[in-house]
Amino acid sequence: MLAPIAHVLPLTTIRRERVLPVPGRVLVRQGQKVAPRDVIAEAATTAEHLLLDVPRALGISAKEAAALIQREVGDLVNEGDLIAGPVGITRRVLRSPASGKIVLIRRSKILLDVDSAPHQLRAGMVGVVADLVADRGAIIESVGALVQGVWGNGRLGFGLLQNRMETPSDKITPGELDVSLRGAIALAGYCDNPEVLHAASSIPVKGVIFTSMAASLVPLARQMPYAIVVLRGFGEQHLDTPSYKLLTSNHNREASINGVAFHRFYGTRPEVVIPLPASDDPPSPPESEEFAAGQRVRLTHWRALHSVGTIQHILPQLALLPNKLKAPAASVQLENGETVTVPLANLEILA
Amino acid sequence: MPSSLVSADSLLAIDVGTSTTRALLFDVVEGRYRFLAAGSAVTTANAPFKDISEGVRRALDQLAEISGRLLLRENGSIIIPSSPDGSGVDALAATISLGEPLKVIALGLLEDVSLESARRLAATTYATVVETLSLNDRRKQDARIDLILRTRPDLVIAAGGTEGGADRSIKELLETVGLACRLMPRDGRPQVLFAGNKAIHKDVRAMLGKAVQLHYAPNIRPALEMEDLNAAQIKLAKIYQQIFAEKVLGIHDLNTWAGGNLLPNATAFGRMIRFLSRLYDPAKGVLGVDTGASASTVIAGFSGRLFTGVYPEYGLGRGLPGILKVASPKRIARWLTIDLSPEDVRDYIYHKSAYPASIPATEEELALEQAILREVLRLSMKRLSANFPPGTAGLKPGLTPWFEPILVRGRSFTNAPSPGRALLALLDGLQPTGVTTVLLDQSELAAALGAAAAANPALVVQVLETNMQNLGAVISPVGKARPGTPILRLQATLEDGSEQKMEIKYGTIEVLSVPLGQTVTLRLQPLHRFDIGMGGPGRGGQLRVVGGTLGVIIDARGRPIILHHDPEQRRKLFGKWLWMLGG
Repeated sequence: MLAPIAHVLPLTTIRRERVLPVPGRVLVRQGQKVAPRDVIAEAATTAEHLLLDVPRALGISAKEAAALIQREVGDLVNEGDLIAGPVGITRRVLRSPASGKIVLIRRSKILLDVDSAPHQLRAGMVGVVADLVADRGAIIESVGALVQGVWGNGRLGFGLLQNRMETPSDKITPGELDVSLRGAIALAGYCDNPEVLHAASSIPVKGVIFTSMAASLVPLARQMPYAIVVLRGFGEQHLDTPSYKLLTSNHNREASINGVAFHRFYGTRPEVVIPLPASDDPPSPPESEEFAAGQRVRLTHWRALHSVGTIQHILPQLALLPNKLKAPAASVQLENGETVTVPLANLEILA
Repeated sequence: MPSSLVSADSLLAIDVGTSTTRALLFDVVEGRYRFLAAGSAVTTANAPFKDISEGVRRALDQLAEISGRLLLRENGSIIIPSSPDGSGVDALAATISLGEPLKVIALGLLEDVSLESARRLAATTYATVVETLSLNDRRKQDARIDLILRTRPDLVIAAGGTEGGADRSIKELLETVGLACRLMPRDGRPQVLFAGNKAIHKDVRAMLGKAVQLHYAPNIRPALEMEDLNAAQIKLAKIYQQIFAEKVLGIHDLNTWAGGNLLPNATAFGRMIRFLSRLYDPAKGVLGVDTGASASTVIAGFSGRLFTGVYPEYGLGRGLPGILKVASPKRIARWLTIDLSPEDVRDYIYHKSAYPASIPATEEELALEQAILREVLRLSMKRLSANFPPGTAGLKPGLTPWFEPILVRGRSFTNAPSPGRALLALLDGLQPTGVTTVLLDQSELAAALGAAAAANPALVVQVLETNMQNLGAVISPVGKARPGTPILRLQATLEDGSEQKMEIKYGTIEVLSVPLGQTVTLRLQPLHRFDIGMGGPGRGGQLRVVGGTLGVIIDARGRPIILHHDPEQRRKLFGKWLWMLGG
C-alpha cells in the first residue's frame, strides 16, 4: 500500500517550486544564487479595476461613444488624461479618474487596471535557481535539513533558529519569549495561550515553530505578521524524537520556515529548511514509498504519546483495534520498546 | 472501444474517491447478476503522481488477484469486451469524487428566487459557492469584476429570467462575468453554465463570446413558483468531470473507458435513489445518505423526483473545520459518550483535517468522530429538508419527513464497530420519523449500481436484493409525553405464529427480536396522539415488516431528541441505548 511520507531529514537536497498564482515577470535566471528575501518574480495579483461607462458619462449612445474614445487597449494613462470626447455644445469629455492601464474596451465601456504595487514573490529559502517556470517563477534548490509539519499560517520567515524547548513535551509560556528572539525563528513547543502569539508579535520574531497548538488559536495565528508552522497537529502533543533532535541540534543556524497550507494535491506542506554545507549533493528524499517492514514511521493519530517507531511487519489480515474497528494495520515497535498495532491509515513514513 | 452497458454480462465499476480507489466486479452466476469481488488502492490524484491511473491500476491488480480474472492488457488498457478465456469484462462504469470541491460563483436575479436555485444546483455536486452576484448586490460593476478576478472560480452558474420574462438585468450581470473573464489568462477562466431564460441564449453567447466555455441547460426557474433542476444537474455533472479532467491526469482516459459516462459519485448515487424511489411506496420518499471525506451527501427521491444535497463543508476530511461555522464544539460535544471537552472536539476536528485519511484508533477518537458524524447528519438533513415542497409526506417543521427505505453508505457506517453503533448514529443524527427500514450498503456498491442503472436495471435489482444489509425496520413515533409514559402498544405475529406484545415508553429504545429476513405482522396502537405515519396522530393499524440484523427497532425517544442537560446522565443514556441495540 502506498504510504504518506513526512520528511524529517538532517541533510538532503530540497527542490521547491515557487510560483505566482497568475502570470507575471520572472526576475531571476537559471543558476542564480538566491537568499530568502530575494524577489524572484512579480505580478499584479491584487485586482483593482475601474469601469468607465463612456456612453453614460457623455450622455450618448454606445455607437456614438465608440467613435469618440481616444484610447486603445494597452494605453497607459495618468489621472486626468483624456479618455473620450469632446461631445456636444458644452464639449463634454471623460477623463481618467486614476492612473493605470487600459486593459479592455468593449461596447464603449473601458476597463482601467488601476496602478497598484505588484505582488512580489520571494525565494523563501537560501538556494540556487535550478529551473525557471515560464511567467510564473522558479524551482529553487537547496541542501540542508528539512522538517515538515501539518499546519501553517501562510507566511514565510527566515532568521536564526533559537531553541526554547528543554524536552519534547514542553509547553511554551509568554515569559519564555524575550527580546533575544528579535528577528529569530523560535522553536517553542506546545502552545495554548494567545498571549504567546501576541508576545512573539511584539518582540518581533520572524517565525515560530510549535510542536502543536490549541485549535482555538487558529484564527489568531492566521492574523499574526510572522510565520507559524505547527509540526504535529492540534491539542497537546509531544514532539517526535527525530524532529526534536534535528531542530535543537541546529540551534543558532539560519532557518527558513514556510507556513504554506498542507495541500496534498499540490504537494505543499508547511516546513522548516536549514541550509547546511555539504561536499556532495545528497539525494533528494523519496516522494512515494510502500509500507514495508523496517521502515521508520510516525503515528499520526490524535494525542499519540510516543509517536515514532519501526514497522515490524504488516499484518496479513484486518486488525481489530481497541475501539473494535477493523483496519489494515502494522505491528510497530515504538521508541520506548513497546509494540503496538497501528492502522496503516494512521502512519506516515519518516523519510 | 467500450461496449454499451445494455445486454452486457460482466460489469467493472471503478470509483476514484479522495482517499481510496475501488474496482468492483459484477457478473452473472447461475443466471443472476452478483457482486463478485472488490479491489482497492490509495488514490493517486495527489502529488507526486497527480494522475489517478496508478491508483486505478493498483486497484485493478488487486481485483484481478482476488477474482482470478485478468483485467488489463500488457499495455495497461482494460480488456473490453470479455474474452472466451474469461479475461476482461463486457462493460465499465466509473465514478469520481476527488479533490477540492469546485469553486463556484452563483449568479441570479433575485436572492431568494433564481440565486437560491443556482445555489441549490451547485449543491447537487461537489461544489462550494464562494461568491454570489445578484440584483440585490450593491457593489459597482468594477468591484464585481475584481471580485471574480480575486476569487478565480472554476465555474459560474447563472440563473435568472423566467421564460418570457425581462432580460436586461441578467444580461448586465453576465456582462460583468464576460469582462472579468477576458482579463484572465485563457487557461484560468471559469466555465459558465447558463440555466436561465432560454430566449436570451443568443445574447448570452454574444456577451460572453469566445471568452469562456459556455454551457446551456434548461431554465431552472422557468416560472417564479417553479424550480426544475434535473436537466441542469445532469449538465453540471458533465461539467464537473470536464473541469477535473483538466486538473488531474487519468480522468480523461477513465471517461473514455466508461464510454463518456464518467459520473460524479454523488450523481451516480442519486440515480440509485431515483431508481429506488420508483420501486418503493410512492406515498413516502427514499433517502440516501453518504458521509465521506470529500462531502456529506443526502439525496431524497420522491417517485423519481430528486432533491440532492452535496455538502463539501460537512465532509469528514480536509474541510472538516468548516463545520465549526455552523455548529459549535459545545453542540457537537453533547453527543460524546466519554468525558471530553468542547475544546477537545475543536482540537480533534483540526487534527483530523490535517490527516484526513486517518481512522479513529482509540475509544476517544471514535467517540469524537461519532459525535461529529451525528452533527453532520443533522445539518445535512436540515439543509436538504428546506428544499422539500409543501405536501411532502410527513413533513413537519424541524423534523425529517417519512422515508422508506433509508440507504446508508460511507466508512463511518460500513466500518462501524457494530451494526448497533451504525444504526444508533443514524437515528441520532437523522432522527427519522414514522416507519422506515434502514439498509446499509455494506460493500459500498450503490454508486456503481447507480452508474449502471439506466442501461442495466436487471443488474441493479438483482445485486440490490443480495447486497444491502437490512439493519432493521425502525418505528419512530412523533409526539410529546413525559419520560416513562407509555406511548405505543405493539403486537407482533411472527411467521411461525408466535406472538409478542410490547408497551413502549417515551424516552426509550426497544428492540423486537425478529430473525433476519423473517416477515412479521405488527399491530400498532399509538397512545396520547403520537403519530407513527399511519394516517394521523393517534392512528394505528397493521403492517408487515421484515426483520433486519437488529430485528425491529422502536425509537421512542421523541422527535426532536432532547438530550439530558447533565453530561454524565447523557453518557449513561447513550450507553443504555447502545446496549439495547446490541452494543
